[in-house]
Amino acid sequence: MLGYILRRVLAVIPVMVIVAIFVFLLLRLTPGDPAAIIAGDMATPEQLERIRTSLGLSDPLHEQFITWVGLLMQGELGTSLISSTPVTQMIGQRIWPTVNIAVLTILLSVLIAVPMGVLAAWRHRTWVDYAVMTFSVLGFSIPVFVIGYIFIKIFSIELRWFPVQGYVAPTEDFGKFLSRAILPCLTLATIYVALIARMTRASMLEVLGEDYIRTARAKGVKETVVLFRHALSNAAVPIMTIIGTGFALLIGGVVVTESVFNIPGIGRLTVDAILARDYPVIQGMILLTSGLYVLINLLIDLSYTFFDPRIRY
Amino acid sequence: MSRLQDRIHHLKSHVRGASLGLAAGAALIAGIGAATPALAQDNTITAVMHSGLRVLDPIITTAHITRNHGYMVYDVLVAVDENFAPQPQMADWTISDDNLTYTFTLRDGLKFHDGAPVTAADAVASLQRWGKRDSGGQLIFDVTESLEATDDKTIVWKLKSAFPALLDTVGKQSAVPPFIMPERVASGSADEAITDYTGSGPFVFVADEYQPGVSVTYRKFEDYVPRDGAASWMAGGKNVKVDEVKWVTMPDAQTAINALMSGEIDYIEQVQIDLLPLLEASEDITVETRDDLGYQTIGRMNFKHPPFDNVKIRQAAQMALSQEAVLATLIGNPDYYKVCGAIFGCGTPLGDESGSDTLTSGGDIEGAKKLLEEAGYDGTPIVLMQPTDVVSLTAQPVVAAQAMREAGFNVDMQAMDWQTLVTRRASQAKPAEGGWNIFFTNWMVPEINSPLISPMLNGRGDAAWFGWPEDEKIEELRAAFIAADTPEKQKEVAVDIQKHTLDNVLYVPLGQYVMPQARTNKLTGMIPSPVPVFWNIEKAD
Repeated sequence: MLGYILRRVLAVIPVMVIVAIFVFLLLRLTPGDPAAIIAGDMATPEQLERIRTSLGLSDPLHEQFITWVGLLMQGELGTSLISSTPVTQMIGQRIWPTVNIAVLTILLSVLIAVPMGVLAAWRHRTWVDYAVMTFSVLGFSIPVFVIGYIFIKIFSIELRWFPVQGYVAPTEDFGKFLSRAILPCLTLATIYVALIARMTRASMLEVLGEDYIRTARAKGVKETVVLFRHALSNAAVPIMTIIGTGFALLIGGVVVTESVFNIPGIGRLTVDAILARDYPVIQGMILLTSGLYVLINLLIDLSYTFFDPRIRY
Repeated sequence: MSRLQDRIHHLKSHVRGASLGLAAGAALIAGIGAATPALAQDNTITAVMHSGLRVLDPIITTAHITRNHGYMVYDVLVAVDENFAPQPQMADWTISDDNLTYTFTLRDGLKFHDGAPVTAADAVASLQRWGKRDSGGQLIFDVTESLEATDDKTIVWKLKSAFPALLDTVGKQSAVPPFIMPERVASGSADEAITDYTGSGPFVFVADEYQPGVSVTYRKFEDYVPRDGAASWMAGGKNVKVDEVKWVTMPDAQTAINALMSGEIDYIEQVQIDLLPLLEASEDITVETRDDLGYQTIGRMNFKHPPFDNVKIRQAAQMALSQEAVLATLIGNPDYYKVCGAIFGCGTPLGDESGSDTLTSGGDIEGAKKLLEEAGYDGTPIVLMQPTDVVSLTAQPVVAAQAMREAGFNVDMQAMDWQTLVTRRASQAKPAEGGWNIFFTNWMVPEINSPLISPMLNGRGDAAWFGWPEDEKIEELRAAFIAADTPEKQKEVAVDIQKHTLDNVLYVPLGQYVMPQARTNKLTGMIPSPVPVFWNIEKAD
């Protein structure tokens, strides 16, 4: 097992190298000029060229790449071309809102979706099943910003239960964090509940048809025990996969939700950086996201051994 | 009860328990939310500005948000008031009889945020750095013999030839005002952004709380000594009456409006016209126009390549365009736009509408067709760049393309993001090889209200603004404007520049519009000004 983890962690290195080269070249080949953002609309071509030179953007491509890799080797991601702020500091400021929202969303989603999926499978082809499936289809189909606006209208503008927007760190004030995070999390959870409930239902339906479930029932085991201990644990592998992938997607940034609820997360940081062609920030973000994806995939794979002892690495 | 019913009962109790738990959780969270209402803090103004602040050096960039930041943190020697008249701000001045020597004297009590006194040496270094970036500043430095600090409080600026508009240029509020920074900061390169944000303005930049593009906090500078007298534009007494001002960025316009309506923020600098009805219905919110001058939207052609290297074809394109059509599509509500043929803007001292008849009267498609025929237009495609990610620039290309097609132009409208556009407009390649023929942009009127600062009136070929016209006549006229020593003479030259600009289509003014602002009624005392300022404002409990 330890050898497997080590091999997987080492496999991250070539992945990151390929991502780094690809992203660096892709950005430089895309039209755009950070100097134009810095200088503004009035700058003359001569002024733009001087700013480009001062930022090192006029250097040959291979020199720019070597400089960046040199910084990476020292654990630095460089400095934003636009705001002159270290990229690590910018990511440090923006990653926690995203992580906290992602964790809360996944928790909410799992708490709601797994019982829903189990219930739908148990009450297969009854109104319960149809209701869960209808909710799933709606959850997938309604755009996330529409759900967000509806929640804001009901819970913030009309009932005044929660603030419209903003983010407060849980370490600063947990109550305020929760009151601001609940609507974006519920908004995002609508999609994930739909996804996880559907997967749970499908997986449970398969397992509930197995002989050992019939045997357990024949032995008089309580239905809740049959469902949650015997069936759910055996149906958990695909559910875990979908939860893990969903978490990775949430960590990658959810720009629309961050915009609607004004959450300063990494989704908006990435989009803003792309629009401004802030190369070091984009490169840093893509490297970070790739690393997180690899790590989360590893954790998903490892979790399989917990739910299914037959899986060995 | 059968065993199956028993099982169902158990399962139902679990589900009911879970539901009750979730409901209780939601109620608890709602309780927390209600217990801690997210209202804007007392004596702190929370404002949503038109864009996020990312560049903190107000000299290196012409970005409006950075200029606004500049006015919070820094002060200026001279400032233009609402009558376009330069007024003393940090310094008073005297002018020698031959108009060649300006002597500025700093007023008492000026301090930087680190406690150091503001000296004449700081002002000289700041003016020199500004002169390397600002087009108006460059013109003054072209005729500067010396600029020196003769003692801690006195700055002597000697000129080789008279520059009657010196005070107007030093006191202008946009695009780049000469903000005064400590000498250690201002002595750095004008092409590299500063990293020390010590100013002497009415607010202190709170570095610890700054998140680029997200939020920025300004705290009242307790040692700031305001001038006597009422505030007027950037001049007069800057009396700060709140403890803090916080600018937050909200990428979603609807969210900002919701936040203002729920009391979470106090102010929105620019409200989208189509969302105004939401706010106008509220009794607690005032929607108003802070800046009557507003913006001028324009089109600029490329003089380097056919067909717009031919003045008759440029004239034909201009003749096809209608300001009313552009503005109605862009803004919609006539309360917020006005047809205006003045290249220096309507409502400004130099504003004059000579030669703009077709633009202001709905365009002349038939006339444009005739001119095109006379010019021998051969159907060369017009590469028209259309930015798709800037709301205030999406309508102009579409309306212009339609009008030009009706006149007989072969228009190739190419959609791109603004970043691609600004890169491409710097290219002098042929339009078919990555170049361009025409694009559109917007200016604040104070950025184009004088021939000294309007970038489109530079006729120095490759050294000119994008489009690169080589136009000796406009350079002569600009020199004549610099030499004009009375407002009457300046106006005469300005009218000549107006006619020459439209005759030669140096650019096409497509009208003026304003963006309303919205504020909670708790805020009072905000002064009308093109730049939103946060001094003089009081916030009620």
